[in-house]
Amino acid sequence: MVELINEKGLRIDGRGVDELRPLRIEVGVLKNADGSSYIEMGKNKIVAAVYGPKEVHPKHLALPDRSVLRCRYHMAPFSVDVRKPPQPSRREIEISKVIREALEPALILEEYPRTAINIYLEVLQADGGSRCAGITASAVALADAGISMRDMVVACAAGKVAGQVVIDLDDTEDKEGDADLPIAIMPNLNQVTLLQLDGIMAPEEFEKAFNMAVSACHRIYEVQRGALIDKYFGKGEAGEE
Amino acid sequence: MMSAVKRSMVVERLRKDQMVELLSKEKRLDNRGLLDFRDIIIETGVIERASGSAKVQVGNTQVIAGVKIETGEPFPDTPDKGLLVVNAEVLPLASAYAEPGPPDEDAIELARVVDRGIRESKMIDLSKLVLIPGRKVHAVFVDVNVLNVDGNLFDATSYATVASIATAKMPKLSVDQNGQIKRTEEIIPLPIKSIPISVTLARIGDVLLVDPTSEEEAVMDARITLVFDEEDNVCAGQKGQPGTLNFDQVKLAANIAKVKAREVRKILLEGITKDAKG
Repeated sequence: MVELINEKGLRIDGRGVDELRPLRIEVGVLKNADGSSYIEMGKNKIVAAVYGPKEVHPKHLALPDRSVLRCRYHMAPFSVDVRKPPQPSRREIEISKVIREALEPALILEEYPRTAINIYLEVLQADGGSRCAGITASAVALADAGISMRDMVVACAAGKVAGQVVIDLDDTEDKEGDADLPIAIMPNLNQVTLLQLDGIMAPEEFEKAFNMAVSACHRIYEVQRGALIDKYFGKGEAGEE
Repeated sequence: MMSAVKRSMVVERLRKDQMVELLSKEKRLDNRGLLDFRDIIIETGVIERASGSAKVQVGNTQVIAGVKIETGEPFPDTPDKGLLVVNAEVLPLASAYAEPGPPDEDAIELARVVDRGIRESKMIDLSKLVLIPGRKVHAVFVDVNVLNVDGNLFDATSYATVASIATAKMPKLSVDQNGQIKRTEEIIPLPIKSIPISVTLARIGDVLLVDPTSEEEAVMDARITLVFDEEDNVCAGQKGQPGTLNFDQVKLAANIAKVKAREVRKILLEGITKDAKG
Protein backbone atom coordinates (compact mmCIF):
# COMPACT_ATOMS: atom_id res chain seq x y z
CA MET A 1 0.00 0.00 0.00
CA VAL A 2 1.25 3.46 -0.88
CA GLU A 3 1.09 6.21 1.69
CA LEU A 4 -1.63 8.42 0.22
CA ILE A 5 -1.08 11.39 2.53
CA ASN A 6 2.27 11.85 4.30
CA GLU A 7 2.96 13.24 7.76
CA LYS A 8 3.29 16.75 6.31
CA GLY A 9 -0.26 16.46 4.98
CA LEU A 10 0.93 16.23 1.37
CA ARG A 11 -0.52 13.85 -1.20
CA ILE A 12 1.45 11.40 -3.37
CA ASP A 13 2.07 14.02 -6.03
CA GLY A 14 2.98 16.63 -3.41
CA ARG A 15 -0.35 18.48 -3.44
CA GLY A 16 -2.20 19.78 -0.40
CA VAL A 17 -5.72 18.45 0.29
CA ASP A 18 -7.42 21.47 -1.29
CA GLU A 19 -5.10 21.83 -4.27
CA LEU A 20 -5.95 21.12 -7.90
CA ARG A 21 -3.70 19.24 -10.29
CA PRO A 22 -2.00 21.32 -12.99
CA LEU A 23 -4.75 22.39 -15.36
CA ARG A 24 -4.60 23.65 -18.90
CA ILE A 25 -7.42 24.29 -21.35
CA GLU A 26 -7.05 25.15 -25.02
CA VAL A 27 -9.87 26.28 -27.30
CA GLY A 28 -10.42 25.50 -30.99
CA VAL A 29 -7.97 22.65 -31.41
CA LEU A 30 -9.86 20.85 -34.21
CA LYS A 31 -10.54 22.75 -37.40
CA ASN A 32 -13.42 20.60 -38.70
CA ALA A 33 -15.52 20.76 -35.54
CA ASP A 34 -17.94 23.63 -34.92
CA GLY A 35 -16.39 23.94 -31.50
CA SER A 36 -13.55 22.12 -29.80
CA SER A 37 -11.25 22.13 -26.83
CA TYR A 38 -8.39 20.25 -25.27
CA ILE A 39 -7.91 19.79 -21.55
CA GLU A 40 -5.05 18.54 -19.45
CA MET A 41 -5.92 17.96 -15.81
CA GLY A 42 -3.08 16.11 -14.14
CA LYS A 43 -2.30 13.29 -16.55
CA ASN A 44 -5.77 13.42 -18.13
CA LYS A 45 -5.55 14.44 -21.77
CA ILE A 46 -8.95 14.84 -23.38
CA VAL A 47 -10.17 16.29 -26.68
CA ALA A 48 -13.74 17.56 -26.94
CA ALA A 49 -15.54 18.34 -30.19
CA VAL A 50 -18.99 19.76 -30.86
CA TYR A 51 -20.75 19.27 -34.18
CA GLY A 52 -24.00 21.10 -34.66
CA PRO A 53 -26.65 22.30 -34.61
CA LYS A 54 -27.07 20.15 -37.70
CA GLU A 55 -29.51 17.80 -39.36
CA VAL A 56 -30.63 14.86 -37.27
CA HIS A 57 -29.84 11.34 -38.42
CA PRO A 58 -31.90 9.21 -38.22
CA LYS A 59 -34.57 11.78 -39.05
CA HIS A 60 -37.33 10.40 -36.80
CA LEU A 61 -35.30 11.39 -33.74
CA ALA A 62 -35.71 15.09 -34.51
CA LEU A 63 -37.82 17.11 -32.08
CA PRO A 64 -40.19 19.84 -33.28
CA ASP A 65 -39.46 22.26 -30.43
CA ARG A 66 -35.80 21.80 -29.60
CA SER A 67 -32.46 20.35 -30.52
CA VAL A 68 -31.51 16.79 -29.63
CA LEU A 69 -28.35 16.69 -27.53
CA ARG A 70 -26.15 13.63 -27.90
CA CYS A 71 -22.93 12.82 -26.15
CA ARG A 72 -20.28 10.16 -26.57
CA TYR A 73 -17.56 9.74 -23.98
CA HIS A 74 -14.95 7.33 -25.25
CA MET A 75 -11.59 6.15 -23.99
CA ALA A 76 -8.77 5.43 -26.39
CA PRO A 77 -7.47 1.84 -26.06
CA PHE A 78 -4.06 3.22 -25.04
CA SER A 79 -5.43 5.67 -22.49
CA VAL A 80 -5.12 3.30 -19.53
CA ASP A 81 -2.57 0.77 -18.21
CA VAL A 82 -4.35 -2.32 -19.53
CA ARG A 83 -5.57 -1.84 -23.11
CA LYS A 84 -9.24 -0.94 -23.20
CA PRO A 85 -11.11 -2.61 -26.06
CA PRO A 86 -12.37 0.12 -28.41
CA GLN A 87 -16.08 -0.79 -28.31
CA PRO A 88 -18.06 1.26 -25.75
CA SER A 89 -18.15 -0.39 -22.32
CA ARG A 90 -21.07 -0.19 -19.91
CA ARG A 91 -19.05 2.32 -17.92
CA GLU A 92 -18.62 4.55 -20.97
CA ILE A 93 -22.33 4.33 -21.80
CA GLU A 94 -23.26 5.40 -18.26
CA ILE A 95 -20.71 8.22 -18.28
CA SER A 96 -21.91 9.45 -21.69
CA LYS A 97 -25.40 9.65 -20.21
CA VAL A 98 -24.46 11.53 -17.04
CA ILE A 99 -22.23 13.94 -18.97
CA ARG A 100 -25.09 14.70 -21.39
CA GLU A 101 -27.42 15.29 -18.45
CA ALA A 102 -24.80 17.49 -16.79
CA LEU A 103 -24.49 19.74 -19.85
CA GLU A 104 -28.10 19.86 -21.00
CA PRO A 105 -29.40 22.24 -18.30
CA ALA A 106 -26.94 24.91 -19.48
CA LEU A 107 -27.93 24.74 -23.15
CA ILE A 108 -30.83 26.68 -24.64
CA LEU A 109 -31.86 23.82 -26.93
CA GLU A 110 -35.20 25.47 -27.74
CA GLU A 111 -33.32 27.85 -30.02
CA TYR A 112 -32.48 25.05 -32.44
CA PRO A 113 -35.61 23.02 -33.21
CA ARG A 114 -35.34 19.95 -35.48
CA THR A 115 -31.54 19.78 -35.14
CA ALA A 116 -28.96 17.70 -33.33
CA ILE A 117 -25.97 18.84 -31.30
CA ASN A 118 -23.34 16.13 -30.93
CA ILE A 119 -20.61 16.21 -28.33
CA TYR A 120 -17.68 13.84 -28.76
CA LEU A 121 -15.17 13.31 -25.99
CA GLU A 122 -12.05 11.27 -26.61
CA VAL A 123 -9.98 10.45 -23.57
CA LEU A 124 -6.45 10.11 -24.93
CA GLN A 125 -5.02 9.48 -21.48
CA ALA A 126 -6.97 8.87 -18.28
CA ASP A 127 -5.86 9.83 -14.79
CA GLY A 128 -8.85 9.76 -12.46
CA GLY A 129 -11.57 12.37 -12.80
CA SER A 130 -11.80 12.00 -16.57
CA ARG A 131 -15.58 12.53 -16.56
CA CYS A 132 -15.11 15.83 -14.72
CA ALA A 133 -12.34 16.99 -17.04
CA GLY A 134 -14.54 15.85 -19.94
CA ILE A 135 -17.48 17.97 -18.76
CA THR A 136 -15.25 21.00 -18.21
CA ALA A 137 -13.80 20.59 -21.72
CA SER A 138 -17.23 19.97 -23.31
CA ALA A 139 -18.64 23.21 -21.91
CA VAL A 140 -15.71 25.12 -23.40
CA ALA A 141 -16.21 23.39 -26.76
CA LEU A 142 -19.94 24.21 -26.68
CA ALA A 143 -19.15 27.86 -26.01
CA ASP A 144 -16.57 27.75 -28.81
CA ALA A 145 -19.27 26.37 -31.13
CA GLY A 146 -21.40 29.40 -30.29
CA ILE A 147 -24.27 27.36 -28.86
CA SER A 148 -26.59 29.50 -26.72
CA MET A 149 -25.91 28.78 -23.08
CA ARG A 150 -27.43 29.88 -19.79
CA ASP A 151 -24.15 29.37 -17.98
CA MET A 152 -20.94 27.38 -18.24
CA VAL A 153 -20.74 23.92 -16.71
CA VAL A 154 -17.68 22.99 -14.72
CA ALA A 155 -16.88 19.79 -12.88
CA CYS A 156 -14.51 18.57 -10.21
CA ALA A 157 -14.44 15.66 -7.79
CA ALA A 158 -13.87 15.70 -4.07
CA GLY A 159 -13.31 12.56 -2.11
CA LYS A 160 -11.89 10.88 0.92
CA VAL A 161 -8.31 9.67 0.89
CA ALA A 162 -6.48 8.30 3.94
CA GLY A 163 -9.30 9.55 6.15
CA GLN A 164 -9.12 13.12 4.83
CA VAL A 165 -11.37 15.05 2.49
CA VAL A 166 -9.45 16.11 -0.63
CA ILE A 167 -10.28 17.55 -4.05
CA ASP A 168 -9.45 16.49 -7.59
CA LEU A 169 -8.41 12.86 -7.00
CA ASP A 170 -5.87 11.35 -9.35
CA ASP A 171 -5.89 7.76 -10.56
CA THR A 172 -4.14 6.25 -7.53
CA GLU A 173 -6.26 8.21 -5.05
CA ASP A 174 -9.39 7.23 -6.93
CA LYS A 175 -8.48 3.54 -6.78
CA GLU A 176 -6.91 3.37 -3.30
CA GLY A 177 -8.99 6.06 -1.62
CA ASP A 178 -12.18 5.62 0.39
CA ALA A 179 -14.63 7.71 -1.61
CA ASP A 180 -15.02 9.76 -4.77
CA LEU A 181 -17.68 12.45 -5.24
CA PRO A 182 -17.64 13.98 -8.71
CA ILE A 183 -19.94 16.97 -9.16
CA ALA A 184 -20.67 19.44 -11.94
CA ILE A 185 -22.19 22.85 -11.38
CA MET A 186 -23.36 25.90 -13.27
CA PRO A 187 -21.06 28.36 -11.50
CA ASN A 188 -23.16 31.52 -11.88
CA LEU A 189 -26.56 29.95 -11.37
CA ASN A 190 -25.35 27.83 -8.44
CA GLN A 191 -27.01 24.66 -9.67
CA VAL A 192 -25.73 21.10 -9.45
CA THR A 193 -25.96 19.29 -12.79
CA LEU A 194 -24.03 16.13 -11.96
CA LEU A 195 -23.49 14.31 -8.72
CA GLN A 196 -22.19 10.82 -8.29
CA LEU A 197 -20.67 9.09 -5.33
CA ASP A 198 -18.87 5.88 -4.78
CA GLY A 199 -17.24 5.06 -1.50
CA ILE A 200 -18.13 5.52 2.12
CA MET A 201 -18.42 8.90 3.80
CA ALA A 202 -20.07 10.06 7.00
CA PRO A 203 -22.82 12.66 6.42
CA GLU A 204 -20.57 15.52 7.70
CA GLU A 205 -17.77 14.40 5.38
CA PHE A 206 -20.21 14.34 2.49
CA GLU A 207 -21.18 17.94 3.15
CA LYS A 208 -17.56 19.03 3.55
CA ALA A 209 -16.50 17.25 0.35
CA PHE A 210 -19.45 18.75 -1.51
CA ASN A 211 -18.53 22.28 -0.40
CA MET A 212 -14.86 21.78 -1.30
CA ALA A 213 -15.79 20.43 -4.74
CA VAL A 214 -18.03 23.45 -5.37
CA SER A 215 -15.22 25.85 -4.50
CA ALA A 216 -12.79 23.88 -6.71
CA CYS A 217 -15.29 24.16 -9.58
CA HIS A 218 -15.22 27.95 -9.22
CA ARG A 219 -11.43 27.92 -9.57
CA ILE A 220 -11.62 25.71 -12.68
CA TYR A 221 -14.30 28.01 -14.09
CA GLU A 222 -11.76 30.87 -14.10
CA VAL A 223 -9.44 28.72 -16.25
CA GLN A 224 -12.32 27.95 -18.65
CA ARG A 225 -13.07 31.65 -18.96
CA GLY A 226 -9.41 32.51 -19.42
CA ALA A 227 -9.07 29.95 -22.23
CA LEU A 228 -12.10 31.36 -24.09
CA ILE A 229 -10.95 34.96 -23.58
CA ASP A 230 -7.53 33.97 -24.91
CA LYS A 231 -8.98 32.62 -28.11
CA TYR A 232 -11.47 35.38 -28.79
CA PHE A 233 -9.79 38.45 -27.30
CA GLY A 234 -6.09 37.61 -27.48
CA LYS A 235 -3.60 36.33 -24.92
CA GLY A 236 -4.02 37.27 -21.33
CA GLU A 237 -5.67 35.30 -18.59
CA ALA A 238 -5.43 31.63 -19.54
CA GLY A 239 -3.86 28.80 -17.62
CA GLU A 240 -3.30 28.08 -13.98
CA GLU A 241 0.26 27.01 -13.09
CA MET B 1 -24.80 7.34 -28.88
CA MET B 2 -28.02 7.95 -27.04
CA SER B 3 -30.29 10.90 -27.52
CA ALA B 4 -31.78 13.00 -24.81
CA VAL B 5 -35.49 12.58 -25.14
CA LYS B 6 -37.69 9.54 -24.79
CA ARG B 7 -40.86 9.90 -26.78
CA SER B 8 -43.00 8.35 -24.12
CA MET B 9 -45.40 9.51 -21.48
CA VAL B 10 -46.37 12.58 -23.49
CA VAL B 11 -49.69 13.01 -21.74
CA GLU B 12 -48.06 12.89 -18.32
CA ARG B 13 -45.66 15.62 -19.38
CA LEU B 14 -48.50 17.80 -20.57
CA ARG B 15 -49.98 17.51 -17.10
CA LYS B 16 -46.86 18.87 -15.45
CA ASP B 17 -48.44 22.19 -14.45
CA GLN B 18 -51.25 20.36 -12.73
CA MET B 19 -48.77 18.17 -10.86
CA VAL B 20 -46.64 21.13 -9.79
CA GLU B 21 -49.71 22.92 -8.48
CA LEU B 22 -50.80 19.87 -6.48
CA LEU B 23 -47.32 19.41 -5.08
CA SER B 24 -47.14 23.03 -3.99
CA LYS B 25 -50.02 22.12 -1.66
CA GLU B 26 -47.97 19.09 -0.58
CA LYS B 27 -50.41 16.72 -2.26
CA ARG B 28 -49.61 13.79 -4.51
CA LEU B 29 -51.89 12.06 -6.98
CA ASP B 30 -51.92 8.91 -4.85
CA ASN B 31 -52.53 10.90 -1.65
CA ARG B 32 -49.12 10.14 -0.18
CA GLY B 33 -47.15 12.70 1.78
CA LEU B 34 -44.08 14.05 -0.01
CA LEU B 35 -41.76 11.94 2.10
CA ASP B 36 -43.81 8.74 2.20
CA PHE B 37 -42.78 5.57 0.42
CA ARG B 38 -45.42 3.41 -1.18
CA ASP B 39 -45.93 -0.01 0.44
CA ILE B 40 -42.83 -2.12 0.10
CA ILE B 41 -43.40 -5.88 -0.11
CA ILE B 42 -40.43 -8.21 0.00
CA GLU B 43 -40.54 -11.94 -0.64
CA THR B 44 -37.38 -14.00 -0.72
CA GLY B 45 -36.64 -17.50 -1.92
CA VAL B 46 -39.14 -17.24 -4.75
CA ILE B 47 -37.01 -19.07 -7.34
CA GLU B 48 -35.84 -22.48 -6.16
CA ARG B 49 -33.22 -22.90 -8.86
CA ALA B 50 -31.44 -19.69 -7.93
CA SER B 51 -28.94 -19.56 -5.04
CA GLY B 52 -30.89 -16.60 -3.73
CA SER B 53 -33.84 -14.68 -5.02
CA ALA B 54 -36.24 -11.92 -4.10
CA LYS B 55 -39.36 -10.37 -5.48
CA VAL B 56 -39.89 -6.79 -4.46
CA GLN B 57 -42.91 -4.58 -4.95
CA VAL B 58 -42.82 -0.87 -4.35
CA GLY B 59 -46.37 0.16 -5.07
CA ASN B 60 -47.03 -1.12 -8.58
CA THR B 61 -43.36 -1.41 -9.43
CA GLN B 62 -42.39 -5.05 -9.45
CA VAL B 63 -38.92 -6.52 -9.80
CA ILE B 64 -37.41 -9.94 -9.31
CA ALA B 65 -33.76 -10.65 -8.59
CA GLY B 66 -31.94 -13.96 -8.83
CA VAL B 67 -28.46 -14.82 -7.60
CA LYS B 68 -26.32 -17.42 -9.32
CA ILE B 69 -22.98 -18.33 -7.78
CA GLU B 70 -20.32 -19.83 -10.00
CA THR B 71 -16.56 -20.14 -9.89
CA GLY B 72 -14.36 -18.05 -12.08
CA GLU B 73 -11.04 -16.32 -12.45
CA PRO B 74 -10.47 -13.12 -10.47
CA PHE B 75 -9.66 -9.84 -12.20
CA PRO B 76 -5.88 -9.48 -12.59
CA ASP B 77 -5.81 -6.36 -10.40
CA THR B 78 -7.80 -8.00 -7.57
CA PRO B 79 -6.40 -11.56 -7.31
CA ASP B 80 -7.56 -11.83 -3.69
CA LYS B 81 -11.20 -10.91 -4.22
CA GLY B 82 -14.27 -12.75 -5.49
CA LEU B 83 -16.37 -11.38 -8.30
CA LEU B 84 -19.67 -9.54 -8.09
CA VAL B 85 -21.70 -8.74 -11.19
CA VAL B 86 -25.02 -6.92 -11.02
CA ASN B 87 -27.12 -6.73 -14.16
CA ALA B 88 -30.57 -5.24 -14.64
CA GLU B 89 -33.02 -5.45 -17.46
CA VAL B 90 -36.36 -3.79 -18.01
CA LEU B 91 -38.33 -6.56 -19.71
CA PRO B 92 -40.57 -5.70 -22.67
CA LEU B 93 -43.52 -6.98 -20.67
CA ALA B 94 -42.87 -4.37 -17.97
CA SER B 95 -44.44 -1.35 -19.63
CA ALA B 96 -45.96 -0.06 -22.85
CA TYR B 97 -42.76 1.92 -23.39
CA ALA B 98 -40.23 -0.86 -22.92
CA GLU B 99 -38.74 -2.45 -26.04
CA PRO B 100 -36.95 -5.76 -26.46
CA GLY B 101 -33.26 -5.61 -27.17
CA PRO B 102 -29.97 -5.21 -25.36
CA PRO B 103 -30.03 -3.02 -22.21
CA ASP B 104 -30.26 0.66 -23.15
CA GLU B 105 -28.44 3.43 -21.31
CA ASP B 106 -31.18 3.69 -18.69
CA ALA B 107 -30.91 0.00 -17.82
CA ILE B 108 -27.13 0.21 -17.77
CA GLU B 109 -27.23 3.21 -15.43
CA LEU B 110 -29.74 1.40 -13.22
CA ALA B 111 -27.55 -1.69 -12.91
CA ARG B 112 -24.39 0.30 -12.33
CA VAL B 113 -25.88 2.50 -9.61
CA VAL B 114 -27.32 -0.53 -7.80
CA ASP B 115 -23.98 -2.34 -8.19
CA ARG B 116 -22.18 0.70 -6.75
CA GLY B 117 -24.32 0.64 -3.62
CA ILE B 118 -23.67 -3.08 -3.01
CA ARG B 119 -19.97 -2.82 -3.79
CA GLU B 120 -19.11 0.38 -1.97
CA SER B 121 -21.05 -0.52 1.17
CA LYS B 122 -18.94 -3.71 1.18
CA MET B 123 -22.13 -5.71 1.61
CA ILE B 124 -20.37 -8.91 0.53
CA ASP B 125 -16.92 -9.57 1.96
CA LEU B 126 -15.38 -10.40 -1.42
CA SER B 127 -12.06 -11.34 0.20
CA LYS B 128 -13.80 -14.40 1.70
CA LEU B 129 -14.84 -15.64 -1.74
CA VAL B 130 -11.36 -16.71 -2.81
CA LEU B 131 -10.67 -20.40 -3.44
CA ILE B 132 -7.16 -20.24 -4.93
CA PRO B 133 -5.70 -16.71 -4.83
CA GLY B 134 -5.21 -15.30 -8.32
CA ARG B 135 -6.77 -18.37 -9.95
CA LYS B 136 -10.16 -19.41 -8.66
CA VAL B 137 -12.78 -17.38 -6.85
CA HIS B 138 -16.52 -17.43 -6.35
CA ALA B 139 -18.36 -15.24 -8.83
CA VAL B 140 -21.69 -13.85 -7.62
CA PHE B 141 -24.05 -12.89 -10.43
CA VAL B 142 -27.17 -10.94 -9.57
CA ASP B 143 -29.62 -10.49 -12.42
CA VAL B 144 -32.60 -8.28 -11.85
CA ASN B 145 -35.64 -8.33 -14.10
CA VAL B 146 -38.07 -5.48 -13.93
CA LEU B 147 -41.57 -6.97 -14.37
CA ASN B 148 -43.74 -3.89 -14.01
CA VAL B 149 -42.62 -0.28 -14.21
CA ASP B 150 -44.23 2.30 -11.99
CA GLY B 151 -41.35 4.51 -11.06
CA ASN B 152 -38.43 4.32 -8.66
CA LEU B 153 -36.72 1.37 -10.32
CA PHE B 154 -33.47 2.34 -8.58
CA ASP B 155 -34.75 1.60 -5.08
CA ALA B 156 -36.86 -1.43 -6.02
CA THR B 157 -33.93 -2.97 -7.91
CA SER B 158 -31.57 -2.24 -5.05
CA TYR B 159 -33.88 -3.82 -2.44
CA ALA B 160 -34.35 -6.94 -4.59
CA THR B 161 -30.62 -7.22 -5.13
CA VAL B 162 -29.86 -6.79 -1.43
CA ALA B 163 -32.57 -9.23 -0.33
CA SER B 164 -31.49 -11.88 -2.83
CA ILE B 165 -27.81 -11.60 -1.83
CA ALA B 166 -28.61 -11.59 1.88
CA THR B 167 -30.61 -14.81 1.60
CA ALA B 168 -28.40 -16.61 -0.94
CA LYS B 169 -26.94 -19.97 -0.01
CA MET B 170 -24.28 -22.06 -1.70
CA PRO B 171 -22.54 -25.38 -1.15
CA LYS B 172 -19.23 -24.90 0.59
CA LEU B 173 -16.36 -25.75 -1.73
CA SER B 174 -13.08 -27.27 -0.60
CA VAL B 175 -9.72 -27.18 -2.34
CA ASP B 176 -7.39 -30.19 -1.98
CA GLN B 177 -3.59 -30.17 -2.26
CA ASN B 178 -3.70 -30.68 -6.02
CA GLY B 179 -5.83 -27.60 -6.42
CA GLN B 180 -8.95 -29.63 -7.22
CA ILE B 181 -12.18 -27.98 -6.16
CA LYS B 182 -14.83 -30.19 -4.61
CA ARG B 183 -18.36 -29.58 -3.39
CA THR B 184 -18.98 -30.43 0.22
CA GLU B 185 -22.31 -31.29 1.82
CA GLU B 186 -22.26 -28.11 3.86
CA ILE B 187 -24.53 -25.27 2.70
CA ILE B 188 -23.37 -21.77 3.66
CA PRO B 189 -24.60 -18.20 3.21
CA LEU B 190 -22.57 -15.50 1.48
CA PRO B 191 -20.23 -13.53 3.78
CA ILE B 192 -22.47 -10.51 4.47
CA LYS B 193 -20.90 -7.50 6.20
CA SER B 194 -23.45 -4.76 5.71
CA ILE B 195 -26.92 -4.06 4.35
CA PRO B 196 -27.03 -0.99 2.07
CA ILE B 197 -30.31 0.90 1.69
CA SER B 198 -31.04 3.03 -1.36
CA VAL B 199 -33.37 6.04 -1.23
CA THR B 200 -34.37 7.98 -4.33
CA LEU B 201 -35.86 11.46 -4.39
CA ALA B 202 -37.26 13.44 -7.27
CA ARG B 203 -37.33 17.20 -7.65
CA ILE B 204 -40.43 18.54 -9.35
CA GLY B 205 -40.47 22.31 -9.43
CA ASP B 206 -39.27 23.39 -5.98
CA VAL B 207 -40.48 20.25 -4.27
CA LEU B 208 -38.43 17.23 -3.24
CA LEU B 209 -40.34 13.99 -2.91
CA VAL B 210 -39.46 10.42 -2.06
CA ASP B 211 -40.19 7.28 -4.12
CA PRO B 212 -41.55 8.84 -7.35
CA THR B 213 -44.13 6.95 -9.43
CA SER B 214 -43.90 6.77 -13.23
CA GLU B 215 -46.30 9.69 -13.50
CA GLU B 216 -44.07 11.75 -11.23
CA GLU B 217 -40.91 10.63 -13.00
CA ALA B 218 -42.35 11.74 -16.34
CA VAL B 219 -42.45 15.33 -15.11
CA MET B 220 -39.54 15.37 -12.67
CA ASP B 221 -36.72 17.83 -13.22
CA ALA B 222 -34.03 15.86 -11.45
CA ARG B 223 -33.58 12.65 -9.54
CA ILE B 224 -31.11 11.82 -6.82
CA THR B 225 -30.35 8.39 -5.38
CA LEU B 226 -28.30 7.96 -2.21
CA VAL B 227 -27.34 4.70 -0.54
CA PHE B 228 -26.67 4.37 3.20
CA ASP B 229 -25.11 1.72 5.43
CA GLU B 230 -26.27 0.89 8.99
CA GLU B 231 -24.11 3.64 10.50
CA ASP B 232 -25.76 6.35 8.39
CA ASN B 233 -22.67 6.61 6.18
CA VAL B 234 -23.49 7.43 2.59
CA CYS B 235 -21.78 4.94 0.27
CA ALA B 236 -23.09 5.59 -3.23
CA GLY B 237 -24.99 8.28 -5.05
CA GLN B 238 -26.19 9.38 -8.42
CA LYS B 239 -28.00 12.42 -9.68
CA GLY B 240 -30.02 11.72 -12.81
CA GLN B 241 -32.11 13.53 -15.43
CA PRO B 242 -31.19 16.66 -17.33
CA GLY B 243 -32.34 19.01 -14.58
CA THR B 244 -30.46 20.54 -11.69
CA LEU B 245 -30.51 20.68 -7.91
CA ASN B 246 -29.34 23.70 -5.99
CA PHE B 247 -26.80 23.34 -3.19
CA ASP B 248 -29.42 23.40 -0.43
CA GLN B 249 -31.52 20.78 -2.22
CA VAL B 250 -28.52 18.42 -2.38
CA LYS B 251 -27.96 18.76 1.36
CA LEU B 252 -31.66 18.50 2.14
CA ALA B 253 -31.96 15.40 -0.05
CA ALA B 254 -29.03 13.80 1.80
CA ASN B 255 -30.71 14.45 5.15
CA ILE B 256 -34.11 13.17 4.06
CA ALA B 257 -32.59 10.08 2.46
CA LYS B 258 -30.61 9.27 5.60
CA VAL B 259 -33.76 9.28 7.75
CA LYS B 260 -35.85 7.37 5.19
CA ALA B 261 -33.10 4.76 4.84
CA ARG B 262 -33.47 3.87 8.53
CA GLU B 263 -37.20 3.35 7.97
CA VAL B 264 -36.77 1.16 4.89
CA ARG B 265 -34.00 -0.80 6.61
CA LYS B 266 -36.54 -2.19 9.10
CA ILE B 267 -38.86 -3.35 6.32
CA LEU B 268 -36.05 -4.92 4.33
CA LEU B 269 -34.55 -6.71 7.34
CA GLU B 270 -37.98 -8.06 8.22
CA GLY B 271 -38.36 -9.39 4.68
CA ILE B 272 -34.94 -11.03 4.80
CA THR B 273 -35.31 -12.69 8.22
CA LYS B 274 -38.83 -13.90 7.49
CA ASP B 275 -37.27 -16.22 4.91
CA ALA B 276 -34.56 -17.43 7.28
CA LYS B 277 -37.20 -18.60 9.76
CA GLY B 278 -39.66 -20.07 7.30
